[in-house]
Amino acid sequence: MRTGVSISSPTETRVNDFAVKLANVNGTGSASANGLLMQAIFRMGIPVSGKNLFPSNIQGLPTWYEIRVNKDGYTARALDYDLMVAMNGQTYDRDVSEVREGGYLLYDSTWPLDPKLHRDDITFLGVPLAQMCNEQFRDPRERVLMKNIAYAGALIAALDIDMDIVEQLLDEKFSAKKALRESNRKALRLGLDYAKEHFDPLPFRLEKMDANRDKILIDGNTATALGCVYAGATVAAWYPITPSTSVMDAFKEFCEEFRRDPETGKNNYLILQAEDELAAIGMVIGASWAGARAFTSTAGPGISLMNELLGLAYYAEIPVVVIDVQRVGPSTGMPTRTQQGDLLECAYASHGDTKHILLFPANPHECFEFAPKAFDLAERFQTPVFMLTDLDIGMNDWVIPRLTWDESYKPDRGRVLGAEELKQITQFLRYTNEDENNVAPRTLPGVDPKAAYFVRGSGHAKSGAYTEIPDEYREVIDRLARKQRAAAAFVPPSLVVKKPGAQFGIITLGGCDAAVREAVDVLAASGVNADFLRVRGFPFDAIAEAFLEEHDLLYVVEQNRDAQLRSLLTLETSVPKEKLRSVLVYGGFPLSARRVIESIASQMGETLAVHH
Amino acid sequence: MPSITKPVAVHPSLKRNELGLTVRDYEGSMSTLCAGCGHDSITAALVRAIWELSLPPHMIAKLSGIGCSSKTPAYFVSGAHGFNSAHGRMAPIATGANAANRELTYIGISGDGDSLSIGLGHMCHAIRRNLRILYVIENNGVYGLTKGQFSASADLGSRSKRKEANRMAPIDPVSLGLSLGATFIARGFSGDKEQLVPILKAAMTHRGFALVDVISPCVTFNDHEGSTKSYLHVRQQARAATETDFVAPATEILATIGKNGAVNVTMHDGSTVSFKGVPPDYDPTDREKVFSFMQERYGKGEIVTGLLYIDETVPDLHEMSDTPDTALIKVPYEKLCPGSSALEKLQEDFR
Repeated sequence: MRTGVSISSPTETRVNDFAVKLANVNGTGSASANGLLMQAIFRMGIPVSGKNLFPSNIQGLPTWYEIRVNKDGYTARALDYDLMVAMNGQTYDRDVSEVREGGYLLYDSTWPLDPKLHRDDITFLGVPLAQMCNEQFRDPRERVLMKNIAYAGALIAALDIDMDIVEQLLDEKFSAKKALRESNRKALRLGLDYAKEHFDPLPFRLEKMDANRDKILIDGNTATALGCVYAGATVAAWYPITPSTSVMDAFKEFCEEFRRDPETGKNNYLILQAEDELAAIGMVIGASWAGARAFTSTAGPGISLMNELLGLAYYAEIPVVVIDVQRVGPSTGMPTRTQQGDLLECAYASHGDTKHILLFPANPHECFEFAPKAFDLAERFQTPVFMLTDLDIGMNDWVIPRLTWDESYKPDRGRVLGAEELKQITQFLRYTNEDENNVAPRTLPGVDPKAAYFVRGSGHAKSGAYTEIPDEYREVIDRLARKQRAAAAFVPPSLVVKKPGAQFGIITLGGCDAAVREAVDVLAASGVNADFLRVRGFPFDAIAEAFLEEHDLLYVVEQNRDAQLRSLLTLETSVPKEKLRSVLVYGGFPLSARRVIESIASQMGETLAVHH
Repeated sequence: MPSITKPVAVHPSLKRNELGLTVRDYEGSMSTLCAGCGHDSITAALVRAIWELSLPPHMIAKLSGIGCSSKTPAYFVSGAHGFNSAHGRMAPIATGANAANRELTYIGISGDGDSLSIGLGHMCHAIRRNLRILYVIENNGVYGLTKGQFSASADLGSRSKRKEANRMAPIDPVSLGLSLGATFIARGFSGDKEQLVPILKAAMTHRGFALVDVISPCVTFNDHEGSTKSYLHVRQQARAATETDFVAPATEILATIGKNGAVNVTMHDGSTVSFKGVPPDYDPTDREKVFSFMQERYGKGEIVTGLLYIDETVPDLHEMSDTPDTALIKVPYEKLCPGSSALEKLQEDFR
């Protein structure tokens, strides 16, 4: 397992630099205990991340939660667990083996441990959780739930979590439920008192910092939904699918809060729960055609179903915003695990020659920022725009800078002829009069008799009329290719971090960002310098093109088997294929720096003795 | 879908509607369907109905899927906004458009392949949402553009042009609509324009999903002996269950209306659908009675036509969603964006 790569030495006492993994059974209420710990650490002002590794199941299967604290702000997934909270007999053997040398394991000592799984190199911390909770609580469900709160109490003691903050959080959470507040307090005390009495201080602990003053704790799906509200989306159509469901749940909640008209009391939005994804995308197309800002949120299987109509939107030039929260494919795949496997599917979605605009946010902050951008681009270029997030970004809580809103923002509705402009022209022909971005003005139904035209997915000339004549067909389809290329200057620019004397470049996208940046720093500390580029949109911009040009060797880090970003780079830029090597991590869990470093090290053919 | 330009010559004696438009102003481009196609008669009935209702052309959205029927939106109301979408997907696209702009009159033209096979699920759910649309199924029991395969509405035992008998039970849009809770259900015959025009007018006034199944013989692939969707068979077997009139709000209701225990239904805009003649014990507002009547007649091989069922009391998609009375697209952005101070305040929840 261990490779000589370590983020920090395990033998020193460390403040605000360690990782905890909590192994639970799904559906037992562990999420609220784990969330409480995460939020308390956040409020202590310490950089922290929480990764929920959960099954596609409501009750009974194994689920894990990982908390990493790091004073330097490295919050990608860590693979070295200093402390394991082993609450699930089903996975106990695996969980014991994952604790780092010299680490700790907290378990429910109501029952004895399997002696076969004993390790001499770690410390076992027993807390009689079930026994204590059975003594203190009568209701069987409460006994199960409170066991979680009790281990949270033990961790509060063991890790030095600020109890005042915890109390405050419980007050906020249970302000309307006094009895539940009391149960939680009692359970928390059980664990806390037991740990204080029985455990020596651990060699790692927390200490208040001030890193989170201007930060919030939010998941990407919530941020995406908020971005759609701020973008002015009024029609949303969707079909429930993990891991994107919470986008629409949040959108609905925000609309209920912000979109009830203060004068009329009416809803200034309409959410359509469609019969399937074919319908969802059809509804978005219809609403956009009629002039609304409309979007759908889905995952890979939904994109597969939407393919047919995405081609219609592309060819008929109708704005569409698709939020794709990627999960592990193919087919049903692993619905609750993360991947970046829809890149090629989205880039070329639908039959025939189609090519789309894609946005790749890396975290909830960019989800919020890119959502209005997606609508602006869709309307400016009159075409589908995909915002590709993933389960890790979408469903995990991230610490990000506070969101801000630029009051001067005006939606870019693109070229839409209003009644006044229509008066100036003698005849409206849909696909004529293109601008410098190869976009022709459109009209909306119901505005003016002169604006009427016939939208069709069948072959059409630039007048909009049906055609089967090769030259007329080519004239339109060639403009669409130019139009898509023109979008390169409008997608969010690629981000570059250069290191003096860089030996190679690393290219990545989306949710890989944090792990790859950490890997770059760890490599640099070991004398291996690499330049970093994160693409944030497709078609690739000039910054990405230049970066590819400047480097003789580039590692492309992404979370899929088939090196889809590398494929897209070789297809859509002039980079010679041989310059690009792949780092592929696609088992379904969020990326860690270690995986990146290991892969690069092995491909470099050297044993990297990397230390932070 | 080639469109041939039609010479527009308007005779001065042509009658004008409330907007001062003649019936010619509601025509479209020249049909490219086969000569004698039932669909062209439906197009003509639609033109007449829309003209009589004096709808401003640009306030009409005409949508379709793919198939012979779906070509026809090009052949009526050139001044309307048209959307020839993908096979079976007209209903979702109309749903989205209607969500964004409820002020337009939505006309969906579909066929039996489009609505009863590839787009069946979408139609069912549009019915459940009570989407406000005139939804016409131009029903000929056959796939025309691909040359003669049975469609899902082909009757048991009906024979194809190659003499092959259909062995599967049909999907009947009327029974389906009744069971799904459709709020306006009619069946017409493309050969009976007099019956069809008032039905179409009532359908466009209905607040909700108006399902109009029109038997429309395919002269090329399904008009032979042995077919139950041929002109001859339909003419022989069609029985008008109801005779209807559509009366605009301003017009005085004629004295003859209401005879024979017939029913007047007031539409939400104040217009009236009057059933001039209905069979004894038939109540076009009683779903169960209509259902059993239809089953009984179907057993006898009859093709029951007329406005068969109507319910004006069910809320449509917008009423269910409590949206503004005017189009959502008219809400200004300033009202849609909560602004920076709301964002600042909201984020206290994310600490």
